[in-house]
Amino acid sequence: MATPASVHAHAPQGFIRRYIFSLDHKVIGLQYFFLALTAVFVGMFLSLLMRIHLIWPTAVLPLIGTIQPETYLSLLTMHGTIMVFFVLTTAPQGGFGNYFLPIQIGAPDMAFPVLNMLSFWTTFVGFVVIICAFFVTGGAPLHGWTGYAPLSALPSAGPGEQLGADLWITSIAIFCIASLMGALNFLTTTLDMRAKGMTLMRMPLTVWSWFITAILGLLAFGVLLSAGILLLMDRNLGTSFYVPLVVVNGVVLGHKGGSPLLWQHLFWFFGHPEVYIAILPGMGVTSQILSTFSRKPIFGYRAMVYAMLSIGFLGFMVWGHHMFMSGMSPYSAFAFSILTMCIGVPSAIKTFNWLGTMYKGRIRFQTPMLYAIGFVSLFVSGGLSGPFLAQPVLDIQLHDTYFVVGHFHLIMGVAAIFGIFAATYYWFPKMFGRMMNETLGKLHFFITLAGTYAIFMPMHYLGMAGQTRRYSQFTEVAYQTKLIPLQTFMTYAAFVTIAAQFIFVINLFWSMFKGPKASDNPWEATTLEWTTATPPPHDNFGGVTPVVNHGPYEYGVPGAARDYVMQTDPATAATH
Amino acid sequence: MATYTPSTPIDHIGHGHKPPMPPAGGGDDGRGGDGANSGAPNYGARLRRARLGLICGLATVCMVFISLTSARIVRRGLPTFDGASNSYVRDWGRVDLPWLLLAINTAVLLVSSVTMEFARRQAAREAALAPVKSIPGVSLGDERSFPWLGITVFLGISFLAGQWLAWGELHARGFFVDTNPNSSFVFLLTIAHAVHLCGGVIALLWAASASLLRKPVEARRIVVDITAWYWHFMAVLWVYVFALLGFAR
Repeated sequence: MATPASVHAHAPQGFIRRYIFSLDHKVIGLQYFFLALTAVFVGMFLSLLMRIHLIWPTAVLPLIGTIQPETYLSLLTMHGTIMVFFVLTTAPQGGFGNYFLPIQIGAPDMAFPVLNMLSFWTTFVGFVVIICAFFVTGGAPLHGWTGYAPLSALPSAGPGEQLGADLWITSIAIFCIASLMGALNFLTTTLDMRAKGMTLMRMPLTVWSWFITAILGLLAFGVLLSAGILLLMDRNLGTSFYVPLVVVNGVVLGHKGGSPLLWQHLFWFFGHPEVYIAILPGMGVTSQILSTFSRKPIFGYRAMVYAMLSIGFLGFMVWGHHMFMSGMSPYSAFAFSILTMCIGVPSAIKTFNWLGTMYKGRIRFQTPMLYAIGFVSLFVSGGLSGPFLAQPVLDIQLHDTYFVVGHFHLIMGVAAIFGIFAATYYWFPKMFGRMMNETLGKLHFFITLAGTYAIFMPMHYLGMAGQTRRYSQFTEVAYQTKLIPLQTFMTYAAFVTIAAQFIFVINLFWSMFKGPKASDNPWEATTLEWTTATPPPHDNFGGVTPVVNHGPYEYGVPGAARDYVMQTDPATAATH
Repeated sequence: MATYTPSTPIDHIGHGHKPPMPPAGGGDDGRGGDGANSGAPNYGARLRRARLGLICGLATVCMVFISLTSARIVRRGLPTFDGASNSYVRDWGRVDLPWLLLAINTAVLLVSSVTMEFARRQAAREAALAPVKSIPGVSLGDERSFPWLGITVFLGISFLAGQWLAWGELHARGFFVDTNPNSSFVFLLTIAHAVHLCGGVIALLWAASASLLRKPVEARRIVVDITAWYWHFMAVLWVYVFALLGFAR
């Protein structure tokens, strides 16, 4: 049931106001989406260069030449930074969150549309600034995406540590400000603009995930901003927050007394919640899709909500597990270790609830569902190595090896990317009014699933065998040389996986213009975005204010005319 | 000319009494959106939303200053290696703060917080009476109002000027941002606070010029209200920063 409104907001006219500096959350969501799509291809290209260099370190590449070891470190730094900030943070929250959060709660727009536009364009400026780092004297920085001091704090520490590092820090600071604006908007919108009947416990799990992610962003990005300002001061104003007494090339620098560990504490206080900022929206969309395509209510809705809240809360208490190598007190390490393993409990609750949702469901194996199942698979595969690394005694052995690279790529990288793919295939009909090609989608899924496992699972074995990460080549150390065949296999797997992404891009753009027309509710789903036109009008509901009478996952309801009840369907006796 | 005689004591509006607000929270009140059912802007909802957004923004500001404080505490306790004595020594150093100047600045900011509160209540009163004033031929008598907003802007800019003088005084006493870690944090925290206060001043200037820009009085009231709470927070934050720099040396 919906109530008609007397006023129907009209979309602004003119290309600039409609598509460039738009205040419409849907347009802004698409802007974020395409920014992230651009960024992911930049990041992927950088990873391809790294994989090529690891296998053929002396190869001469067209236009690039031979990749030098310091260039490898620059590629590593920029790959990590672009992927973490401009893909994994931008696409799920900025892209899909912006587009669908207001619609899923029955609001006509975000709470602060101008702030929303500013948030996107600030993010865009941040992306441009970081790309500029490639083209300045000395090139891009080489201190890794974690920016560990004192390497990141000393312009004389390496070729990329001059202007390139300043641009890197500036870009991150800009991104922090953009993310804070976005988080503020998400929280206010969720708390204040829900339609009648959309109580907190009727919100789709996607909305919960964006909401909790926004809380994490609000509390975490401010800390990174502070840390970045201190780093800029150390680099440019002669302060010594992070830099102890240092000698570079025989020259004693003016710094003294600072602590590199101070940077690590501040960075990881942001850095670990950032992991959940990347993965929580993926959890939300996976829950949404598993329920829809299993034609069953989500198993344990409240438990899912509380599990996400627990994960978000615990995420702020475990940053020290990234620093077991720093010589911290064993008592501190013990505390961080126990707290880290505690996160396994809500994570397991979520996993079993996903399996419970699918159990005995009438599963429709369409592409969004495949990616949601893939997300669960990767979440388990990547997550299970987490408790290993949470043990200080094991982490000290594995910390600087490929084991960690394999772990965080599976859990934070690929799983989150699968969440983005699932969301794209699921919401594409609503966003563009057409269906994506199923055959191409499935082909893309199976190659990507096999390819990513082929790339990242062997990394665990390499790590256990002692292969060090961040090394640009392994040809100079005897025991490392023996592991090169596995690295070669991973590089070929990367070729295939990256090639498969062009299937996705072709499917995306071809379907945008030539795909079959989508109905308003092609997946027979229940949440509010499927009650409105495809694509949604400027004010989302065409001058109608939705009224919510049902929960978000009412599938297989006994006695219902269809096997699903939409959130706006008239209330029944069972509803009350 | 007719004269409006209110049936309720309008003098009480904005004098400590909360202005009428729509029901809070989403989900059950059916408001949907911003004036979705009437076509007119729902300023009450906008105000509530803006206050909520402000709380979120202040949480972030808190995190920034908490992280800077924790960095200061950690850095203060760190030893550095001294080659001359071949031992570890503390290099925290001392800073001779211009106490009198900073105390005056503190007083100016606290007074500005009071004037800001008067400005906020004045704006709330004006917004509440706006519909009455719009009735042709209705007059509410003496319409001149005390320029609390202008005074607050003046005091805010005075505070910033005072801080500028304080930084100059620190320079004159030989303390720069890189003199020692203590001085680094003095400049960092005071400048960070000043930058945040600048945001408040800009918002107030916008509010002060709202009538020139023909903005509705209700929209101006929202800006003044939000800036007022932000301003009060900045005053409290300054007291905290001043105490931190002064007493945790």
